[in-house]
Amino acid sequence: MSTLTGTWSLVRLALRRDRIRLPVWVLAILALVHASASAVQDLYATQADLDAYAAVLGASPAAVALSGPAVAVDTIGGVTIFETSISALVLVALMAIFNVVRHTRAEEESGRTELVRATVVGRHAPVAAALVVVSGASLLVGAGAAGSLLSQGLSASGSVVFGASVAALGLVMAAVTACAAQVTEHSRAATGIAGAVLAAAFLVRAVGDVSGSGLSWASPIGWSQAVHPFGGDRWLPLLLSVSVAAGLTVLAMRLVDRRDVGAGFVTPRPGPAHAGARLSGPVGLAARLQRGALAGWAFGVGVGGLAFGSFTREIRNMVADNPELAEVMGAAGAAEAENAFLALTTLIIALLAGGFAVQSALRLRSEETAGRVESLLATALSRGRWALGSLLVTLAGTTAVTVAGGLGVGLAVAVTTADGSQVVRLLAVTLTYLPAVLVLAALCVLLIGWLPRATALAWAVLGLCFVIGWLGNLLDFPRVVELASPFSHVPAAPTEAVEAAPLVWLTAVAVGLVAVGLAGLRRRDLAA
Amino acid sequence: MSTSIDISGLVKTFGATRALDGLDLQVATGEVHGFLGPNGSGKSTTVRVLLGLLRADAGSAVLLDGDPWRDAVALHRRLAYVPGDVNLWPGLTGGEAIDLLGRLRGGLDARRRDDLLQRFELDPTKKARTYSKGNRQKVALVAALAVDVELLLLDEPTSGLDPLMEAVFQECIHEVKAAGRTVLLSSHLLAEVEALCDRVSIIRAGRTVQSGTLSDLRHLTRTSIVAETVRPASDLDAMTGVADVQRVDGKVAFDVESDDLDSTIRYLSGLGIRSLVSHPPTLEELFLRQYGDDVRSAEEVRR
Repeated sequence: MSTLTGTWSLVRLALRRDRIRLPVWVLAILALVHASASAVQDLYATQADLDAYAAVLGASPAAVALSGPAVAVDTIGGVTIFETSISALVLVALMAIFNVVRHTRAEEESGRTELVRATVVGRHAPVAAALVVVSGASLLVGAGAAGSLLSQGLSASGSVVFGASVAALGLVMAAVTACAAQVTEHSRAATGIAGAVLAAAFLVRAVGDVSGSGLSWASPIGWSQAVHPFGGDRWLPLLLSVSVAAGLTVLAMRLVDRRDVGAGFVTPRPGPAHAGARLSGPVGLAARLQRGALAGWAFGVGVGGLAFGSFTREIRNMVADNPELAEVMGAAGAAEAENAFLALTTLIIALLAGGFAVQSALRLRSEETAGRVESLLATALSRGRWALGSLLVTLAGTTAVTVAGGLGVGLAVAVTTADGSQVVRLLAVTLTYLPAVLVLAALCVLLIGWLPRATALAWAVLGLCFVIGWLGNLLDFPRVVELASPFSHVPAAPTEAVEAAPLVWLTAVAVGLVAVGLAGLRRRDLAA
Repeated sequence: MSTSIDISGLVKTFGATRALDGLDLQVATGEVHGFLGPNGSGKSTTVRVLLGLLRADAGSAVLLDGDPWRDAVALHRRLAYVPGDVNLWPGLTGGEAIDLLGRLRGGLDARRRDDLLQRFELDPTKKARTYSKGNRQKVALVAALAVDVELLLLDEPTSGLDPLMEAVFQECIHEVKAAGRTVLLSSHLLAEVEALCDRVSIIRAGRTVQSGTLSDLRHLTRTSIVAETVRPASDLDAMTGVADVQRVDGKVAFDVESDDLDSTIRYLSGLGIRSLVSHPPTLEELFLRQYGDDVRSAEEVRR
C-alpha cells in the first residue's frame, strides 16, 4: 500500500473514458505535422529555393517571432522545422493542459474523485494516472512526428531529436498543469493558469529569439526549440525539460499532501448576504459568471498584442539596414513589410478573441448540463431571454477582448514608431475581424439549439480557422476549405483595403445562425 | 372545486425508454398532494413536463388553466419549484442565489426571506460551493417559500435535511396550506407525506396506480389482525379476502381485505374471541404493496 496504489486502475479508467478523445488529439496533431512537413518538401525542392527562403524568412524578425530560431534554414530539414515545430509544440502543450485538467481538477470539482479516493486508491494516484496518460500521449505524438519526418526522407538523428523535443514539451506542460490543478478549486481556472503559462512561454521565447538575448532559455518552448533539429541535433536542452517536468511532478504531489480533497489553496471567503442590484436578470447573472474569464482573456490577448506590436520596430530597422531584403520580400519598402506583419498579427488577435467567443457562447450549454438552468427557467424567465441575456455578454465580452488586443498592438506600434495615430488605425483594423469572430459564437448557438451533444465541434472549427489562418499559405488548402473559415472572407488589412460588404454579410450570417439556433433551443427538451 | 394540475394520459419517451406511459394526475386547488413512486418511476419527469422543460409526446397537461409548454413564462410567475438535487452557481453566495431566483420570479418578500433564513438556520454569506447538500436544499426552499405564489412544485424537497429542519419544513407547508395555496409534494419520506398530504397519487413505471385520500387508500387495502380464539380458526386460510395467515403461540395473524372484514370478524366471533388486535395499514405497507408484484391486483381492487 502506498500513496500511488490504484494508479494503474485509474490509468485504465482514463483510457476507457478517452478512447476516442485522446486518439483524436494525437492523430490531429500528427496529421498537421505531416501535412506541413510534406508541403515543405514540395515547395522547396531545389537549393535555390532554400537559399531564397533563408534570405527572406530566415532573416525576418516577424517570422522568427512567430516560429522560433531560424537554424539551418538553408537546408530542407531546417526549413521543415522552422515551418512545423511551433504549431506542433503549441498543440502538444494544449493537449497536455486540457487533458490533465480533465482528469484531475475537473474530476475533483465534479465530486467523482471523492468517490474514487474512498476506495483503495492512494492520495497521489489520480494525479499520477493523469500524468501517465498525458505523458504517454505526448510520447506518442513525439514518436509519430519523428516517424513523419523520417518518412519524408529527412535524417534519422534530426527527426528523432525533433520528436523528442515535442514530447518533452508535453511532459513539461502536463506537470505545470498538474500543479495548477492543485492551486485552484475550479477546473476552468486551472486551465486558465496553465494556459497563461503557455502564453508567457510563447511570448518570452518570441522576444528571446528576435533579440537573440538568450531570454528563450527562460521558456519551456525555448528549451524544446534549442535542440536545433537538423542543425546540430543537441539533446542537452531536453535534459532541462525532463528535470523541470520531474521537479514539477514532485511539487504537484507535495501540494496534494497539503490540501483537502475538493479544496484548493485559496480558502473561500464569505460573500454578500444579499444580491447586488445588477444581479437581477439573465444579463447580470451571465456578466457575473463570466467576468473572471473575460478579465483573463482581455489581459492575455492585450499583452499578446503589445508583445507582437513591439516587433514592428525590429522589422523596420531590419529593412532599413538591408534594402535588398525588402526587395526579396516583394515589398515596396519597410512600410509594406511592416503591414504584412501587422495583418498577420491582427488576424491572430482575432482568432484568440474567437477562443473567448466560443468559450463564452458555450456557457449556455455548460450551465444546462450542470443542472443550473432548471431552477432559472422554473422562474418567469423564458428560454429566449435567458439565452439572449447570456449572448449579450458574449457579444460585449468578445468585443472587449478584440479591443484589448487591438489596443495592445496599436499602443506598441505607436510607442515604437512615435506615431500616436497608429492606435486608432490598428484598433480599427483589428475590429474588422469582429463579425467573423461573432460568426464562431453564433455557430455555437446553432449547435446548442440543434446538436447539443456536439457542441465541442465549435472548438474544432476554431482550430480549423487557426490552421487556415496560420498555415494556409504553406498547406495550400482547396479554396472551398479556406472559405469555410469566416476569417478568410475579411480583407487582410492593412495590406488589403477594408471592404464593408463582407463585414455586413458576416454579421448577417451571425444573426441568422443565432436565430436558427434559438429556434432549436426553444423547441427541444432541456438536459436533466 | 377547481383543479390546479390536470394531467391525463401523459406520455414521454427518451429514445427507447418510456418514462411516462399514460400518466394521470389531478391536484385540486388548495390541497397538498403527495406524489409517490419508486426511483425512476417518472416523478421528476412529470414535474419537468409541468415546468415546460420537457415536451410531452402525447396526452394532455393543464397547469393553472394554462399549457405548461406554451405558457411557461406566464405560469412560472404563479408557481415556485424546488428540485431534489439543487445545483447552484459555485461562485455566488446562498443569499445572492435566493435574491436572484426571487427577482426572476417577480420579486420576493424580504421579511419572509429573513424569517426563513433564520428558521432554516442558513448562513447566506457562504459561497454555494461550500454548502453541503442539505444547505443547498435550504437555499432552494427559502427561495421558493419567500415568494407569494399559488402553487409549489416540490420534488423531494427535503432530501438531505436533518430531522430538525424536516420539522421546520413541515411547519412551513402547514402555513402554506393555511394560506390556501396548492402544493405538489413528491417524496420518499412517508411520515412527511402522512403528516402533510390531503391526497396522494402513487405511480409506478410511468403510470398512476392509485390515487385518493389516505383513508380511501386504506379502505381499499387490507387490515392486519392478530386474534386468539377459543376454537382454532382452521377455515381462515380458505376464506375470501384473507391473506398471509400465520399461527404462532396459539394466535393467528392475517391480513384481510376491507370488503371482507365484516364476514371475517363474524366468523372469528363464532369461534369465541379471547383477544383481538387490529391495525389499519400504514402508508408504508400501502406503498410496499404497490411497489411489490401485486400491482395488478391493486388495480383490480380499484375497479
